[in-house]
Amino acid sequence: MPETNSKATVGATGAPVDYASFPDQRGRFGDYGGRYVAETLMGPIEELTAAYEKYRNDPGFIEEFESDLRDYVGRPTALYHAKRLSEAYGAEIWLKREDLNHTGAHKINNALGQALLAKRMGKTRIIAETGAGQHGVATATVAARLGIECVVYMGADDIQRQAPNVFRMRLLGAKVVPVDSGTRTLKDALNEAMRDWVTNVDDTFYIIGTVAGPHPYPMMVRDFQSVIGREARAQMLEKTGELPDQVVACVGGGSNAIGIFHAFLADESVELHGSEAGGDGVETGRHAAPLTAGRPGVLHGNRTYLMEDDNGQIIGTHSISAGLDYPGVGPEHSWLKDIGRVQYAAITDDEAMAAFHEVMRCEGIIPAIESAHAVAHARLLAEERGGQRILVNLSGRGDKDINTVAKLEGIEL
Amino acid sequence: MSETTKQSASRLAPLFERLKGENRAALIPYITAGDPDARTTVELMHAMVGGGADAIEIGVPFSDPMADGPVIQAAHERALKSGLGLRGVIDLVAEFRQRDAETPVILMGYQNPIEAMGVSAFVDKAASAGVDGVLTVDLPPEEADELVAAMGERGMDPIFLLAPTTSAGRTREVASKGSGFVYYVSLKGVTGAANLDTDALAAQLEDIRGACALPVGVGFGIRDAETAGQVGQVADAVIVGSAIVRLIHEQATAAGGVNAQVLETVRGFLAELRSALETART
Ligand SMILES: Cc1ncc(COP(=O)(O)O)c(C=O)c1O
Repeated sequence: MPETNSKATVGATGAPVDYASFPDQRGRFGDYGGRYVAETLMGPIEELTAAYEKYRNDPGFIEEFESDLRDYVGRPTALYHAKRLSEAYGAEIWLKREDLNHTGAHKINNALGQALLAKRMGKTRIIAETGAGQHGVATATVAARLGIECVVYMGADDIQRQAPNVFRMRLLGAKVVPVDSGTRTLKDALNEAMRDWVTNVDDTFYIIGTVAGPHPYPMMVRDFQSVIGREARAQMLEKTGELPDQVVACVGGGSNAIGIFHAFLADESVELHGSEAGGDGVETGRHAAPLTAGRPGVLHGNRTYLMEDDNGQIIGTHSISAGLDYPGVGPEHSWLKDIGRVQYAAITDDEAMAAFHEVMRCEGIIPAIESAHAVAHARLLAEERGGQRILVNLSGRGDKDINTVAKLEGIEL
Repeated sequence: MSETTKQSASRLAPLFERLKGENRAALIPYITAGDPDARTTVELMHAMVGGGADAIEIGVPFSDPMADGPVIQAAHERALKSGLGLRGVIDLVAEFRQRDAETPVILMGYQNPIEAMGVSAFVDKAASAGVDGVLTVDLPPEEADELVAAMGERGMDPIFLLAPTTSAGRTREVASKGSGFVYYVSLKGVTGAANLDTDALAAQLEDIRGACALPVGVGFGIRDAETAGQVGQVADAVIVGSAIVRLIHEQATAAGGVNAQVLETVRGFLAELRSALETART
């Protein structure tokens, strides 16, 4: 992948940090990341790492990825000055329009990159987990285009609340497998996808949908998503002549956030803010905000902040948004939190829903409820600081969410 | 760390030494602690020893048992309902030890409960309770230095997995960090999967023994006396999990709990497996 500006800068410890040098060979971001998987997966993961190392700097691979991002996904996505929202919030709000991507979210950047890699590795079957269904739809889409068999694991509860996306995946020819174990949400879908992978390692490529999982996934997904920040940074400079004061993105597993943050990590003047799902409020325990209220542990192949009980059991999460309803977070975020480069806050369901309506009424854009968390966070920052220039990653569009919104308002569609 | 208790070494090495003389494979059954309830786990352990188990593997309930198939996943979910955690499981081993000082006990589980308890607190408590070995499914040797060092100080065996996808280089690394025995996952898949190819297995074990001097236990896919006997011809230990977990679940569900009848059925099943191993190499 093309390098962004990753010049050494100063972290919270006062020591210079070269962000591009992370993760290390073992997949570590400081204490986080690594490879915590059963032995059966170590061989396939080493094979994947070798393939990715080979192709990430291969001109032919890069050229195919970039031309597909342009002609199939529709990149670059627009950077949009949301003037009426700016007025309402008392800050200069810029939206990075990932909702304009083919399939309606940033997820396709990564699904495309991994699918192209799968093709080069000669894999004939693709599997994925999905929460909101956006990653599942993106994966089903690229699999259809490449003519590769596709199986998507999805928590039984998420299948209920994201019915339109389930139908889209099936129309695209993917098999959607409901997962009934555990909490019947994203984390359990991930477990089930891992089990499939262990069983079918010879012909199957597992496209993880966020910057989590064992090394090299957090690095690889970050690289594929970092196009968001590279574009946004250049677009900000072109349109305003300056960098933003703050960049805000919602954090489920953390892929859209890492994607937009990465190009700005070395820009010391730019504050970076991640918006976790605060659910009913962190104090109620019903939320999905491990960086705000969790502690480090091991899940899904990496060491990272988690929501767990005293016995180390992963606890059920709650968020109105299926895409943020995950008890872990990508390991790079855990590290960026600890070194103080990114600040994370929990945004409640109510705050996100208010922002959802504000974006619709002020700008004529339906944001994904996930993305509405970042908008709500921008509003809070605007109230705190006033007048700043805030870049918000609008990670996806909210058409998939209208059933959820209708239900909240007691409307039967 | 307590300075007073100098732990005696694990019971695993002497077991394999003895069985070499007897020319038979060890029988190692697996159950998930707390399934169907914590109260009867220790009775089930004694019943399995009564039937001929040479060592016992105890599953530590975890919310996200990624490497387990449906049968053992369901056992974890049942066990979690009782709220049993890692500390509670170690207490059950201590209770087992009051009546059985000989049979090796191995904990099998996932890394997060160990991290949550703290590696050194875990190793201390487990060693004091009489745990002999620990198999952490999602902790490959690359990530295991801290646990291996702490267990070494207390004479416990870190047990690692090998898989059909493991390279010879990795087998050597496992051999250098592990002790007690290595656990060969004979299939690509999760626990409880089917289709064991015993001819292929013999060849694979030969490769492993070229790179690893530890005894080799084989698990995954062993369901009855027949498959146990086949594996017992070539492996140093035969590990039976899903078949026992399923049997206990079916019997306990029918009987409304683990009663004397259920314990007797479990004992009988273990005796069948054991007699298959007795004759496997003759
Ligand atoms: C639109 C949108 N934004 C954000 C997310 C959260 O994922 P991540 O944190 O990896 O960007 C999702 C996940 O489904 C999503 O669909």
